[in-house]
Amino acid sequence: MSKNPKISISNLHKSFGSKHVLQGVNLNVDAGKSLVVIGGSGTGKSVLLKSILGLLRPDQGSIEIDGTQIIGLPPRKQEKIASKFGMLFQGGALFDSLSIWENVAFRLTHADNMPRKRAKELAIEAMARVNLSKANADLRPAELSGGMQKRVGLARAIVTRPQILFFDEPTTGLDPITADVINRLIREQVTELGATAISITHDMPSARHIGDEIAMIFEGKIIWRGPAQDIDNSQNEYVDQFVKGSATGPINLMAG
Amino acid sequence: MNPIASIGRASLGLLRAIGQVTLFAWRCVLAIISPPWYLRQIGRQLLSIGYFSLPVVGLTAVFTGAALALNIYTGGARFNAESFVPNIVGIGITRELGPVLASLMLAGRVSAAIAAEIGAMKVTEQIDALRTLSTNPFNYLYAPRIIAALIAVPLLVLIADIIGVFGGFAVATQSLGFNGPLYVKNTIDFITGWDVASGLIKAAVFGFIIALMGCYHGHNSGRGAQGVGRATTNAVVSAAILIFAANYMLTSLFV
Ligand SMILES: Nc1ncnc2c1ncn2[C@@H]1O[C@H](COP(=O)(O)OP(=O)(O)O)[C@@H](O)[C@H]1O
Ligand SMILES: [Mg+2]
Repeated sequence: MSKNPKISISNLHKSFGSKHVLQGVNLNVDAGKSLVVIGGSGTGKSVLLKSILGLLRPDQGSIEIDGTQIIGLPPRKQEKIASKFGMLFQGGALFDSLSIWENVAFRLTHADNMPRKRAKELAIEAMARVNLSKANADLRPAELSGGMQKRVGLARAIVTRPQILFFDEPTTGLDPITADVINRLIREQVTELGATAISITHDMPSARHIGDEIAMIFEGKIIWRGPAQDIDNSQNEYVDQFVKGSATGPINLMAG
Repeated sequence: MNPIASIGRASLGLLRAIGQVTLFAWRCVLAIISPPWYLRQIGRQLLSIGYFSLPVVGLTAVFTGAALALNIYTGGARFNAESFVPNIVGIGITRELGPVLASLMLAGRVSAAIAAEIGAMKVTEQIDALRTLSTNPFNYLYAPRIIAALIAVPLLVLIADIIGVFGGFAVATQSLGFNGPLYVKNTIDFITGWDVASGLIKAAVFGFIIALMGCYHGHNSGRGAQGVGRATTNAVVSAAILIFAANYMLTSLFV
């Protein structure tokens, strides 16, 4: 591991009421690397991403981006840091009152004050990078299929060529073929942009495809981490059970 | 069940809610007075809050004015004061019923719509998405709605005043035997600028309440469809109660 990770998380805690979701997460990601976090539903994967994005305030711990502590920054500085980020939300989170191109160009027109004409050109360019034709530019999100909405979300995340990309369950709810298309697009964008990426998934094919490295979260902590190709020989019974998708093993959902 | 403890808990809950609303309102005010201003959003909201509320407000006003004229006529007849119908309809509508009834209807229409829209944006992570796109929801979503309400509600109330007085006029001249030109002259001579202006000041305050309650409850919406439903109900109920309370306070200032 290098001395200057792009993202450095240590001892991160977050509770909701009596529910202790994150219980001391430690995680570093080097620049240009793609890390996939796997884990069961409700284990706090989204909470982890939202903490890094500054959408949730952790109770304890530290998150550094390029060596800068980002927890507790004032809103203006937070917005500045956010301009390094691109995020694809679990449900797409497209603005349903805006057209497709206005969604993709949102940061350009609203935060960067770019003229609408130029922003539309860049939006259509980003749409092309995720195989979305120009013909969709003036449609509304509700008029597109789930897979196309994911691609719009992806285009919105990459339009400004951010240094850091986050993907929250990019393939959940998609058929296997569409999921594969999304996986390829994500891999392509990460490689092409040279971006640092953290993706969350519980879909193993997706994890293998997207990740250089895989980490597993369980009971609020990272319990294993290693290169993606080692995931089948992790020597960790929790990871083995998750990868095989077995109901029997150390992770007991029936008891919870 | 210790009764004192439960009273204490309820009071603390109320104080916390007041604190939260006040802080939220303060952040909205800051967003209104400081850039960036999203003019396109303000325009959109003016259309949906203002223009599309015209039918609701107009119908409310015309029936209220008409019923008011009948009641004043009946009441006035008990001490031979039937001729005061135009004066009292005018004052009743401009100072009180125009602003209050129009705003209550708008609480039903506008607060509910705002809370439902923002609540749905919250549960589908669109508010989070805004923030990751370096856009502050207070500037982009809440300030435009409040600004639009501050402009639109007084205008709607002004229209309600005119239509309400007309409703009284219609009943008075058609079924109570008043002379049309005389009724109009009486109304105009009697109503002062302050009657109308004080009603419009109320309308601006009510407009702030209407949009603020929609935004506040939408912003704090719980998760899922049930959360959005509750946010919508709470927005309407709290807006209505605050309108009544503010109306009393403003009226006691203005008399
Ligand atoms: N804003 C919130 N308020 C209360 N509880 C939350 C909130 N966000 C997440 N949680 C809870 O935290 C736990 C982890 O959620 P999440 O990170 O979304 O899981 P996942 O790993 O499936 O993405 C869940 O039990 C969820 O109910
Ligand atoms: Mg999740």
